[in-house]
Amino acid sequence: MAELTMVEALNLALARAMADDETVLVLGEDIGRDGGVFRVTDGLIDRFGPERVRDTPLAEAMIAGVSVGLAAQHMRPVAEIQFMGFLYPAIDQLVNHASRLRTRTRGRLTCPMVLRAPFGGGIHAPEHHSESMEAMLAHIPGLRLVIPSSPARAYGLLLAAIRDSDPVVFLEPKRLYRAPREEVFDSGEALPLDQPFVLREGDNVTLVTWGAMLKETLEAAERLAAAGAECTVIDVATLKPLEMAPILESVGRTGRCVIIHEAPLTGGFGGEIAARLADQGLLGLLAPVTRVAGYDAVMPLPRLEEHYMPSVDRIVTAVERVMSFG
Amino acid sequence: MVAADTTNRSQSAANDDISQDERLELWRLQVEIRHCEQRAYDLFLQNLVKGTSHLSLGQEGIAAGFAAAMQPDDKSFCTYRGHAHTLARGAPMDAVLGELMQRDCGLMRGKGGSMHLTSAEHGVMGSYAIIGAHLPMAVGSAWRAQYMGHDDVSVVFFGDGTTNIGAFHEALNYAAVFKLPVLFVCENNLYMEYTPIGQITAVENPAADRASAYGLDSILIDGNDADAVFRTARECIAKARAGDGPSLIECKTYRHSGHSRADPGKYRPPGELERWKENDPIKVYRARLAEFGIGEDVVQRIDDEALRKVDEATETAKASPLPPEEILTTDVYANGGWAWRN
Ligand SMILES: Cc1ncc(C[n+]2csc(CCOP(=O)(O)OP(=O)(O)O)c2C)c(N)n1
Ligand SMILES: [Mg+2]
Repeated sequence: MAELTMVEALNLALARAMADDETVLVLGEDIGRDGGVFRVTDGLIDRFGPERVRDTPLAEAMIAGVSVGLAAQHMRPVAEIQFMGFLYPAIDQLVNHASRLRTRTRGRLTCPMVLRAPFGGGIHAPEHHSESMEAMLAHIPGLRLVIPSSPARAYGLLLAAIRDSDPVVFLEPKRLYRAPREEVFDSGEALPLDQPFVLREGDNVTLVTWGAMLKETLEAAERLAAAGAECTVIDVATLKPLEMAPILESVGRTGRCVIIHEAPLTGGFGGEIAARLADQGLLGLLAPVTRVAGYDAVMPLPRLEEHYMPSVDRIVTAVERVMSFG
Repeated sequence: MVAADTTNRSQSAANDDISQDERLELWRLQVEIRHCEQRAYDLFLQNLVKGTSHLSLGQEGIAAGFAAAMQPDDKSFCTYRGHAHTLARGAPMDAVLGELMQRDCGLMRGKGGSMHLTSAEHGVMGSYAIIGAHLPMAVGSAWRAQYMGHDDVSVVFFGDGTTNIGAFHEALNYAAVFKLPVLFVCENNLYMEYTPIGQITAVENPAADRASAYGLDSILIDGNDADAVFRTARECIAKARAGDGPSLIECKTYRHSGHSRADPGKYRPPGELERWKENDPIKVYRARLAEFGIGEDVVQRIDDEALRKVDEATETAKASPLPPEEILTTDVYANGGWAWRN
């Protein structure tokens, strides 16, 4: 057992998947010899060769399309997009093809591909290198959307994504890439998809989040506990398809929910969770469901990044507000 | 470079490299597609095919020529104008017509429709209605073959309009760099939907003139001559199978009907359609068979048989039930449909 960063854990999962299954191929820009922008694929080319670890031309539509073509014939491609901001040329393949092959052909074709992309802010990279557009992807039926929030979950969820027989977009919160570290055992065991993780239990408020915002959310829970408010913290992990049961169960107990995400507020995925709570859990609520989110503005240059990202203070304030009801 | 030469198609039996059986197969494929496409059109008029549909009337020579040169394991990737290629690879006609009519007997049991015909067991890896998107998919298919050591070749069909979208260029570059076993086949029917391709393309031959950008030979052939198509297909497939990389083939042709069901084709200059009908692949091939001394009775029997097959397939498809409404929400994920977790 070793203390690994998320980058190392992802690398370990990729190596494990490739060693276990010859149909797993890795492709993307600069991912071979150079191990990718963030070194997630470091060393794979030496171990598995350029036939399986392929430096591609700079062409995201092609990277995604080639992956669909491979996956529809029982290969398991894992493609890397350098930053989420460069995913847009590949959207056609995800929306129109990858996510629809199964349903359109009634299961005659399937698309077991994974498309990985680092996302989110907090590393002082400008605009296209820092955005969180996960809600766009969560809108696509047939696609799975998975976001890990720690090295061990990154390892287990990436293995699950690769082994799953549906297309998965796997968004990696790059702010967590190099810290914190966590014990990761290379067991080859996948974590369940479509299953939120309850990371902390408390009876007063339910905090729901995903990705890098877990860091601030857990800190806020810690600070609130010191002041006497006990929070349950839920890492949604698989945004699509969304499993609401643990969230409903917890909010049924606490009667209060704050949803935290880095992405802009309007149309953000928090809205979906809030709507489902209103629909399925309204009578158990003691206070309005509140969201702490990024502003409806473009991800700023590094100087203003801290102001954009939801802070521990903003989360604490939101919790205090929902605690002030009833 | 092979030039498109429609003026002198005459061949002598002496240097002939296509067998009589192959010619009869090319004929059978063309007439089956012709009758089936005409039937598809009739079924629209009877409101039995709903939505839209894109016919290959006038372009049969290309589907026949390639399919006849392909092995059962080879893969086809089609556009929304894909009935012809799907039939040519041997997908059952009742299942093709059934899919157009959204019946349970359809290739995808009524959920994919005219634009998405798929029959993996016949090597038809799907029809795709978004321009350009299936070219990278065919490249992925070819990479799979190369990596796994399979010797199948992937063939992707698309229109002239497709040569102006990025995916065309991205796919060609990738295939050329890695010498993948894939054929890119442009069916240049002179129009995208309604705009003449020449009006909005920087070169005269939208595919062939771009080949050199990817280090490929410029190949321009008469798509209305199934023999010419078959020869080129055979040569390029053999090259791909031998590990010598991809080809880009431009086939000149013309669609007799409008772009889709709703299109009367009014944008075409007077006389153009009539000129191309003189050059109809069926007509050209009927003359070819005569030229090679194949008896009119044999030729006509195959034609009649094709029509009978279409009649039977039509009845089978019409008799097939409609699938239940719950298919709307099924097969969204491996472990369930929409209803799951909603
Ligand atoms: C990306 C995209 N843009 C627009 C369309 C609408 N559309 C469907 S077919 C077509 C024309 C395609 O022309 P061409 O590639 O020459 O094929 P043809 O229909 O002539 O066989 C257009 C514009 C589409 N399906 N996909
Ligand atoms: Mg065209």
